[in-house]
Amino acid sequence: MLNQFMSYLGSTVPPGNAGNQLWALIYVLIIFAGVSGAVLCMNWIERKLLAHFQIRLGPMRVGPHGLLQPFADGLKLLLKEDIIPAGADKFAFWVAPVIGLVAAFTVYSVIPFGPSQAVTDMNIGILFMLGVSSLGALAIVTAGWASNSHYPLMGALRSSAQLVSYEVAMGMAVVSAILMTSFNTKGTGTLSMIGIVEAQYEQRVWFLFKFFPLGLLAFVVFAIAMVAETNRAPFDLPEAESELTAGFHTEYSGLRWSFFMLAEYAAMMAVSSIAVTLWMGGWMRPFPNLLQGPGWDFLFSLFPALTFAGLAALTTFGAARMPTHLYFRIQRIGLAAFGAVLGFVALLLLVIAIAGRANAANLAGRFDVGLGHVYWFLLKVAIFMYLFIWYRATWPRYRFDQLMAVGWKVMLPVSLGVLIVTAIVGVILA
Amino acid sequence: MTDAKTTDARRSDGTLPNAVSTRSHVIASHLDLDTPEKPYLDSNELILNMGPQHPATHGVLRVILKLDGEKVLGTECVIGYLHRGVEKIAENRTYTMFNPYVDRMDYVAAISNGLGYCQAVEKLLNVEAPPRANYIRVILTELNRISSHLLWLGTHALDIGAMTPLFYTFRDREEILKIFEKYCGARLTTHAFRIGGLQYETYPGFEKDVKNFLTFVPSKIDDYEALLTGNRIWIERTKNVGVISGEDCIALGVTGPVLRASGVKWDLRKAQPYANYSDFDFEIPTGENGDTFDRYIVRMLEMRQSLRIIEQAVNGIPEGPIMAKVPKVIKPPVGEIYHSIEAPKGELGYFIVSDGSTQPYRVRVRPPSFVNLQALDLMVRGMLVADVVAVIGTIDIVLGEVDR
Repeated sequence: MLNQFMSYLGSTVPPGNAGNQLWALIYVLIIFAGVSGAVLCMNWIERKLLAHFQIRLGPMRVGPHGLLQPFADGLKLLLKEDIIPAGADKFAFWVAPVIGLVAAFTVYSVIPFGPSQAVTDMNIGILFMLGVSSLGALAIVTAGWASNSHYPLMGALRSSAQLVSYEVAMGMAVVSAILMTSFNTKGTGTLSMIGIVEAQYEQRVWFLFKFFPLGLLAFVVFAIAMVAETNRAPFDLPEAESELTAGFHTEYSGLRWSFFMLAEYAAMMAVSSIAVTLWMGGWMRPFPNLLQGPGWDFLFSLFPALTFAGLAALTTFGAARMPTHLYFRIQRIGLAAFGAVLGFVALLLLVIAIAGRANAANLAGRFDVGLGHVYWFLLKVAIFMYLFIWYRATWPRYRFDQLMAVGWKVMLPVSLGVLIVTAIVGVILA
Repeated sequence: MTDAKTTDARRSDGTLPNAVSTRSHVIASHLDLDTPEKPYLDSNELILNMGPQHPATHGVLRVILKLDGEKVLGTECVIGYLHRGVEKIAENRTYTMFNPYVDRMDYVAAISNGLGYCQAVEKLLNVEAPPRANYIRVILTELNRISSHLLWLGTHALDIGAMTPLFYTFRDREEILKIFEKYCGARLTTHAFRIGGLQYETYPGFEKDVKNFLTFVPSKIDDYEALLTGNRIWIERTKNVGVISGEDCIALGVTGPVLRASGVKWDLRKAQPYANYSDFDFEIPTGENGDTFDRYIVRMLEMRQSLRIIEQAVNGIPEGPIMAKVPKVIKPPVGEIYHSIEAPKGELGYFIVSDGSTQPYRVRVRPPSFVNLQALDLMVRGMLVADVVAVIGTIDIVLGEVDR
């Protein structure tokens, strides 16, 4: 079974065409667990990064350097009393976080973590993704309306206004990227997520740098719109803390509240994945066309192992720096153990990389190729996640009407202009 | 919303004041009373209760907002959640015993409160604090002004959504509080001054600490300006928000940075110099438009001017006594006195009536926050909910002082 599983990870058959429903199901489970785990990590990373931006330490008490904080938070949320306000529409109140969660997780079904590392490869992948990811706003509107309270209602209204002002510009930016896929010898483009990445490989350029600065402009429009889409600062109007207390989820508590948080972070990673897929070459490592050959392949396949080794070194350094007081002794052991786990993973990855390069056709080799794809994809997504946190620490919040003004008066014309110019340039060059 | 929702906004005589006073014409414009059928979409205005527990009302201020969508049609401030009867307490305490209570009004600028009170009683007694005491008073008061403005900056930025400056300003404010703590043992409600001068001589190294602060803080203020002043979002959120004209300010009795940002050059430190402010060379920064951005700029410049004053004062502290000849039992002659100073938030006045006994017959405080808060309704009408939060922040109120 392990053999079959690993062969799937490294398989060259696109998953949608594999016709193996069982493997698709297992893949769904992996993604569900992976995204949930990533959200837990993001919780810790965001709190730590924000704290360091703000000359604080952040969580330090639960586990070494607060590493167990997300689990403590999760446990607390599970055990909290589940309150439904007396005047709330019970069914809508119950269903809203579920909509949000389902919408955020469904998007992952078409995200290609690698050429074959996806649940399915739809020929309308990007369209599906945009459609489903904007369903998240439905969850917010439902939650705000169902709460039967003023602050959530206003959060909901803001959310719907935000959605209409940004979705259009976002769509235009995406269309200009799709248009770029058609500038090839066949003259046909694609909406498939995998196809879009492959088009970037064929055209030997990330769409970010294609027709410079057209690709960059479209990317910037998308990068702004995706922050608005996920309701993150500086566009966190539906949950603007200083204005609407907690906005649409004011009345939510416990597990239902955590569903919203889970959906928010899952959506952040999902839109980052779209940006990576459309403009940053998806799963491809840097310079896949230029730096070809077994030597380069081996070098780049070392990166996952090196990353984990770096993390392990950082952890070990942190453990060594801890004071010798009894309270810290336990934490020190914990941190060292965490470092050891990271180190072990690094070693494992190193072994796979070396074994895989010895014979690219064997199991380890195929696994290594798949691993490399997933690694580069996640690394690019991580950059966006860092940016999300950076924005939050840096910028004040836009006002409701200003946000719409930026959406309609700046971003829509820019994205439309980019689309038209891209089309003209593409035709002239083709 | 129906009347049932607004009953708590009624005054004792049953009328609906201020926020709800525009109600009749709004109903007339929104609902056509001649046609009996209800409109398809209910377009009533929304009454929103902001506070007393709300992250952006700076304490326990309650603002009842009447909204059309997000647009503010009117506001009504409900205050008194932090009322402790400070003025009444004064009537049952001796002049000396009441001194610590004034620190609890504007607790982020406790030293200014103490200065105003001590000087009012000194005027009543007809004594004058010695020059050395005055210099130290000026240094501490101006440090307190900076700490008050730093706290304002952090919370104002937080209200507008920039959460990080709060932590930076608190870091710098900490340096000021450390000086206070070393000087008199307290950080917030300091009780630093006594009637007639000071109780404590400066501690060894006081001047060095203050000079260190003077060298370290200007670059930090530059940092905040770099974070906010040129920030596009910050400008959009503050320019032309909460505009109030100089005439309106004067009509409403608004003072302090809010008045100066509207272009009125009125600062009691220059207009009626008290302590020894006339010895120092400083400028009164003023704005032009009277909007939130100008008030932000005025306060930033004021911090720099305060640094200038402190620099001159700390370099010129004279030797001498720190306490005037004041009787052990303070028993002012029969009479009344009004003395006002320029607190960080505006004109802080004390009106004290003495009946010749050891206790004041009446103490009336003219708190800047309370008076400035009146301008809120004028400033936010027609703006959006997000602006209400920005304007509450820019007026810079402290509820301890509003409610007393």
